[in-house]
Amino acid sequence: MIPNLVYVVVVGVLIGAGVTLLLERTLTRVLIGVVLVGNGVNVLILTGSEFGTPPIVGETPEDGMSDPLPQAMILTAIVITLGITAFLLALAYRSQQLLGHDEVQDDAEDRRIIDLAERDEGPDAKENGDDGLPHPVYHCAPGKEGR
Amino acid sequence: MTFLVPLPVVIPLLGAALTLMMARRPAIQRTVSLTALVATLAVSSMLLALTVTEGPQVVAVGGWPPPLGIVLIADKLAALMLVVSTAVTLCVLVYSIGQGSADGDEETPMSVYHPTYLALTAGVTNAFLSGDLFNLYVGFEILLVASYVLLTLGSTENRIRAGTTYVVVSLLSSVIFLSALGLVYGATGTLNMAQLAGRFDELPDNLRLLLQGMLLLAFGIKAAVFPLGAWLPDSYPTAPAPVTAVFAGLLTKVGVYAIIRTETLLFPDGRIGDVLLVISLLTMVIGILGAVAQSDIKRLLSFTLISHIGYMLFGVALATEAGLSAAIFYIAHHITIQTTLFLAAGLVERRGGSTALERLGGLGKIAPVLAVLFFIPALNLAGIPPFSGYLGKLGLLQAGVDASGPLVWAVVAGGVLTSLLTLYAIGRVWNLAFWRTPHPDMPRDDADFDGGAMLPKLMVAPTIALVAFSVALTVVAGPLFAVTSEAAADLITRTPYIEAVFPDGAP
Repeated sequence: MIPNLVYVVVVGVLIGAGVTLLLERTLTRVLIGVVLVGNGVNVLILTGSEFGTPPIVGETPEDGMSDPLPQAMILTAIVITLGITAFLLALAYRSQQLLGHDEVQDDAEDRRIIDLAERDEGPDAKENGDDGLPHPVYHCAPGKEGR
Repeated sequence: MTFLVPLPVVIPLLGAALTLMMARRPAIQRTVSLTALVATLAVSSMLLALTVTEGPQVVAVGGWPPPLGIVLIADKLAALMLVVSTAVTLCVLVYSIGQGSADGDEETPMSVYHPTYLALTAGVTNAFLSGDLFNLYVGFEILLVASYVLLTLGSTENRIRAGTTYVVVSLLSSVIFLSALGLVYGATGTLNMAQLAGRFDELPDNLRLLLQGMLLLAFGIKAAVFPLGAWLPDSYPTAPAPVTAVFAGLLTKVGVYAIIRTETLLFPDGRIGDVLLVISLLTMVIGILGAVAQSDIKRLLSFTLISHIGYMLFGVALATEAGLSAAIFYIAHHITIQTTLFLAAGLVERRGGSTALERLGGLGKIAPVLAVLFFIPALNLAGIPPFSGYLGKLGLLQAGVDASGPLVWAVVAGGVLTSLLTLYAIGRVWNLAFWRTPHPDMPRDDADFDGGAMLPKLMVAPTIALVAFSVALTVVAGPLFAVTSEAAADLITRTPYIEAVFPDGAP
């Protein structure tokens, strides 16, 4: 079977654009990227199936029928993408509510470890000289909040 | 007795529907979820006994004969995974009920918790039982969507941040999996795994390699294998303790299970065994180096989780009966141990007020029971004899030595090194959190503590049960190894699986 070139190009464009958006930091753009990639994959599944007359037994001859299974799979995939899109929208909205923006943030703990490494005082530093003084706690690295 | 096969999926789904209807009646919710999981555990145990005595059990869902309909199939591997995972989910459920009733329900709204938790269980069991690649995808989606909800429970700022990373990465892996499915169907015209086993043999080599690579990439992200696992330590530790525990125990192992299933059934020639060996070595060593650098118990445990996935992958990469058998044993061991450790970490967080090592100390004196509950699984994880972790690692290393070859020797050395570094990382937690003088900020007794009892019985009891279960795995290691080697032999010959689905030969 040789796939239809138009479909192949559509798949390429949708997935390419989707991946570009997935690499963004704003959750809303990531969301649109997910939708584009999802649709691209749906078309990809369709590309691999056989085309023909509607698959209704008794109505059309069995040789020329299109394959109904990929369509069933695409339907399932669409439903799943729909649910996940709704969930991502809720996440983006909640992020906007809490932080005033919906950018994906760095992990606070990672930044803290980098910061400790820069100051050359790991968590073991206290072990050696337990002076009973309160130990400083860094919630995030100074000066890197808005990143 | 094949009517038992769909029950591990159906019972939790039914329970999820019931608990959702009873959202305003917490007592009924608790009863329903407990009953559902106890029933699932009973059914899974019966399935394991059946598969050991009578071979794989198959059900064609909806009465459609394969390959037209979807089949659910329980072979020894799937049944063993079912038993271990349901036992663990049941214990974690009791723990979370204990935590919920001790805390009040502000951070974890229990009305949503129960249905989602049961849906997660159904997704996991569906993935284990599926005999059809698309159904496997659906199982993954059920468990992933449930895990998105559980990870962002209460939607605090931290959980939203962690949830975003997790959701986007999981989505990416799902998309890769789905496009692989589209390509597999286009190339072979079927998604039934037993039928695919034959059809893949007829495909050109380069096409097979492409499909194998895509499936491995998708499952590798889910299993948190080395270059693809960076999302895990960022997202898991922020969730509530029981949620982290069940994720750590089950979700990555479902990915490993999918890798084992597809590698043995669909791609048995083992052409990319060398690549898998390198990946397993990197996963082990880099994961454990990450763990050594951590200053928080939960994050440290997340890194040991990634690191020990490497051991399982090593067994798969060897593709010998001994290797696969030890890998299966190791999965059963690791599901139990990693969950127990996260539950113990949850107790540490309650008792000490934090999981940051610098703010803990002296727990061994203040809370001796907790110290024991952490100590036993910790030694087990590091592979101290006579525990199951030691036996599993010994089995894997033995299989590696039998296979021999320079690359295998390198991975064996890496495995020993990882085991030692695990001991170091765990020993560091022990020194800092359980020895030393107690930290002045830590609550002294129940009266100091604003949330009721510091260590509620309902949270301690399931942790004890899991520790006992892990010790039991050590005690029955002999018979268990017999089952896993039979399962591995079935995986390698492939015929029991294929003949169970197509008694008259695959069409």
